[in-house]
Amino acid sequence: MARQSLAARAAQSHPHLLQVFWYRYRRNRLGVFGLAIVVLLLLMGVLAPWLAPHDPYATSRDRFLPPLSPGHLLGTDHLGRDVLSGIIWGSRVSLLVGFLAAATAMVIGIAVGAISGYYGGAVDAVLMRITELFQVIPRFVLALLVVAFFGSGLGKLILVIGVLSWPQIARLVRGQYLSHKALPYVDGARVLGMGSGRIMFSEILPNVTAPIIVTASLDIAQAILLEASLGFFGLGDPNVPSWGGMLNNAQDYLRLAWWMSVFPGAAIALAVLGFNLVGDAVNEATNPRLREG
Amino acid sequence: MSAGNAGGGTALWQYVVMRLLQALPLLLGIVVINYLLISLAPGDPVTALVGDYPAPPEYIEQVRADFGLDRPLWEQIALYVLNVFRGNLGFSFANRVPVLELVLERLGRTLLLMLITIATATIVGITLGTLAARRPRSLLDTASTGIALAGYSIPEFWLGQLLILIFAVGLRWLPAGGYRDVRLELSGLDLWLNMLKHMLLPMFALSFRYMAITTRLTRASVLEIMNSEFILAARARGVSERRVFWSHALRAAALPIVTIVGYNFSFIMAGSALVETVFGWPGVGRLMYDSIFYRDYPVLLGILLLVSITVVIVNLLTDIAYAFLDPRVRY
Repeated sequence: MARQSLAARAAQSHPHLLQVFWYRYRRNRLGVFGLAIVVLLLLMGVLAPWLAPHDPYATSRDRFLPPLSPGHLLGTDHLGRDVLSGIIWGSRVSLLVGFLAAATAMVIGIAVGAISGYYGGAVDAVLMRITELFQVIPRFVLALLVVAFFGSGLGKLILVIGVLSWPQIARLVRGQYLSHKALPYVDGARVLGMGSGRIMFSEILPNVTAPIIVTASLDIAQAILLEASLGFFGLGDPNVPSWGGMLNNAQDYLRLAWWMSVFPGAAIALAVLGFNLVGDAVNEATNPRLREG
Repeated sequence: MSAGNAGGGTALWQYVVMRLLQALPLLLGIVVINYLLISLAPGDPVTALVGDYPAPPEYIEQVRADFGLDRPLWEQIALYVLNVFRGNLGFSFANRVPVLELVLERLGRTLLLMLITIATATIVGITLGTLAARRPRSLLDTASTGIALAGYSIPEFWLGQLLILIFAVGLRWLPAGGYRDVRLELSGLDLWLNMLKHMLLPMFALSFRYMAITTRLTRASVLEIMNSEFILAARARGVSERRVFWSHALRAAALPIVTIVGYNFSFIMAGSALVETVFGWPGVGRLMYDSIFYRDYPVLLGILLLVSITVVIVNLLTDIAYAFLDPRVRY
């Protein structure tokens, strides 16, 4: 009994790291708004089969029905498909590509950045030249070519976007490792006889996660935008409804059906906004330099 | 000459040469990546070099021989690099012109759109950002934050469609697309004004994101500078607040803004490709869209190559401009 209250008091005086984080995050109203958007999107994606009023592919003779038509809240497109259902199902592609492409970029970027920053010297020089090369090549054009050559399955899209998005993280992680490898705790680990791999990934990495999470969130937003752009160029996965693809269809019917453009585009903008706001808020909550203001 | 008396001019010159030398392997890397794409593409690599558009069989055989497609991979790469440096990027059968000629012509129109966009966005962005920084938390500051958030999140091509819906379809103020009115016989000033009218909407669609970036960065930069010690020192010396702002702070704050152009150039280019497609602006982006449709691969490869080279050049110019403006960079 006494021990329990002692533990409770200890917990009170030393709140868990996540509690501290949430306390700081919560104060950023825009960040909370962004988080709400992201959570709603996730729910929309997961619950798509139950939420969508129609099959997103079911064509009908009711072409170009305006919004608020009975049974079609956001209207229908040039093939009589329900726009709302397309948006709900489209969230799956955007989220899948966003998360998995960002994850791919993270893995490559962290590995390259860590090795480059930790070892320095010739390894660093070579890796940074390669990073620079990938930064210079216009991502969108290269992605377009790869998809045009190799086809546009969902898996390929994720891989292409991920592989083309890592340089930014690599640079960030490299900078962090450069400053951390000179700190006493890294010397300590070395004295204890830890191997380089262990120092890099289980000693330093946990200390540099905050900026990585921030970049990850912003990268998800970028990946969603890039996927939508490819979809708009008609290079999305043809087997799943996507927001970019819907805007591609809308382009030919702008004069006839404004709703084909307005609603899917708003969905993209909201999703990107959500992840951007979350990234900014995490940054503000974890970066002591930004806490004032 | 000892290091001590090497003047600023000499150091800058050395820096420029160094950056030029660093750009060379980058260019080579771009060409090699281009070729690896060709050879890794499924099917016969000659398809990637000629495109799927019907081409005469003699030409296909000639390409096979020119690019040594029956030789080992490294020889192919060497031949490809050689061909590229000779300016031979192949022939577009969908357009009936050499690829280099076609892409360069379109690149000019894209750069025209981009330059006007960059100029407008930079002026508006710096103005907004400076005003916001001078009065933090004012209505204007909040508004500029809102604009910035929207700019980061709204895809250019959707913004383009919205602008068409509002200004071309709804209000009928401006044309929905194209480069100029083809039905009118125009020349001189009238032609330029007509082009400008066609350029307004794509320019706005393209500049919004970029304006947002410039506004944010200017605001942060001015705020940081205004709180720095040399400003405090200037104020302590009794320099008037107006002078502190205009001739001390703004000059230092302008530095990072220079880099935005260079380091976002390839993103603006991608944005331009999308916006051109929305508005039917006959630039590189529109050409890309059409080439995908016709499976005109040599054109796509040519665009990747020339756009990458443009980005390298712009980055180089940015670094040099930065070094020129900021004496601390010269080492």
